[in-house]
Amino acid sequence: MFGIMDKIKPRIKAAATSEAACGLHCIKANNITVRKGRQLIIDKINLHIHCGKITVLIGRNGAGKSTLIKAILGEIKHEGSIEFTDLRNRTVENLSIGYVPQYINLGKNTPMSVYDLFASYISNAPAFMYKSKKIYQRVKEQLAIFDAEDLIDKRACDLSGGELQRLLLSIAVTPIPNLLLLDEPVSGIDRNGRQLFYQNIAKLKSNYDLAMIIVSHDFDFVRKYADHVILLDKVIVKEGTPEEVLSSEDFQMVFG
Amino acid sequence: MNTVYKIIESILPFSWTEYNFMKNALLAIIIISPMFGSMGTMIVNNKMAFFSDALGHSALTGVAIGAIFGISDVNLSMLIFAVVFALLLNRIKRKKTVSSDTVISVFASLSMAIGLVVLSRGGNFAKYSALLVGDILSISWDEIGYLLIIFIVSLLFWLFCFNKLNAISINETLAKSKNIRVALLEDLFSVLIAVIVMSSVRWIGILIINALLILPAAASRNMASNVREYHLFSVIISLFSGICGLIISFYAGFAAGPTIVIIAALIFFVTLLLSLILRHN
Repeated sequence: MFGIMDKIKPRIKAAATSEAACGLHCIKANNITVRKGRQLIIDKINLHIHCGKITVLIGRNGAGKSTLIKAILGEIKHEGSIEFTDLRNRTVENLSIGYVPQYINLGKNTPMSVYDLFASYISNAPAFMYKSKKIYQRVKEQLAIFDAEDLIDKRACDLSGGELQRLLLSIAVTPIPNLLLLDEPVSGIDRNGRQLFYQNIAKLKSNYDLAMIIVSHDFDFVRKYADHVILLDKVIVKEGTPEEVLSSEDFQMVFG
Repeated sequence: MNTVYKIIESILPFSWTEYNFMKNALLAIIIISPMFGSMGTMIVNNKMAFFSDALGHSALTGVAIGAIFGISDVNLSMLIFAVVFALLLNRIKRKKTVSSDTVISVFASLSMAIGLVVLSRGGNFAKYSALLVGDILSISWDEIGYLLIIFIVSLLFWLFCFNKLNAISINETLAKSKNIRVALLEDLFSVLIAVIVMSSVRWIGILIINALLILPAAASRNMASNVREYHLFSVIISLFSGICGLIISFYAGFAAGPTIVIIAALIFFVTLLLSLILRHN
């Protein structure tokens, strides 16, 4: 029974991925504004994102990048609206959002395996009582997308920065969201880890039908992988292709 | 009632089980300690030790409020106050304007001071000093029944909400992105802590009840490598120190609560030492 399901599943997935990057899903953020007391953190941000595209947010510290991410997630109060439309039939659908955080709260020596951590987010089978075989299998499959299936029984607090990143990425894409948000995903990761991470992002882009917004300071990455770059400083200062933004005067003003 | 007593006597044919108050105390320990053992794991993970400590201390205010308004059932006024206190602390914590341990400390000191002021009017505090160290030997059959109900409720809560609470504890935003209702669950968990602490504080004592929440989980952390082991060891350590503490206190004539805490602390140090040695090799 289990074996059959395993054989069918990849096919189902393949069927889903044939739709990868159909370009017909569109996410629009209109006039996103966030205030903290009287202070404006971000002011009337408009975004227009299509599935299969990587949008990178750049900007100095305190420019409001993380705030924008959290506003899109609905975690902080904001003005403006976010719409998700299927352009084929013009229907508005519910937007599912995946999120890859910068860090997690896991004290030293916390007794929690990668399975426990993962299962907490995707299942209700109480992890403190038993290990569900079904969920274990599912977690393993999802980790395997990023070649991280060997981590499943390790303690989560013993993972390296890169390993933790792959774990968080797997959690964020279980199930595949319409929009994936990554907040400075490579801070504290060595060069090899970064390369691997970027390859994984590219893999996601080519295999799944989702849009990504990434906060990044790595301009090599921006040049190589971004479809659209947004230079943020409370408002959108400049946006366009990587060449356009990275060679602009505004970019030189902020980072030069 | 009598059947339960008979069962205890036949399983444990010792001199201490001849007394009904000891049998009651044993039953109470068997109900309280697994609850404390398992909740403690999450409290330690979330670094909420200070929060639960403050809740324990708020029992004094609860009793004081009961005394002022002439509420005859002290349990009730303690419980209501602790629940309100816990929810209030959560609300303030979410505003993120002051560091949360500062907030907790301010409110804990204030509520304890109010409690002490009210209860010590006319130099009568001695009447309430049993509250500080607790008196498990005075627990009645009905009160064991209440504990059992609370035990069942918290077990159900744990079965249905543990994963979500764990998810929140690891990263709130990530939990939110998975449609977990963070604020609601945090509030429920705080209320549950308030309920279990208040239901046991008269038996264990305000001064040491927090130790019973923290020590078994802290000791278990030294040995466990996943959440199942973490819970299992914590519950076993909690039960073991509870029962041993009760028996020792009977023969040695100590107060039961502190004896239990000392045993749990000894287990903590032994496990810490073992883990240090094992990691060295």
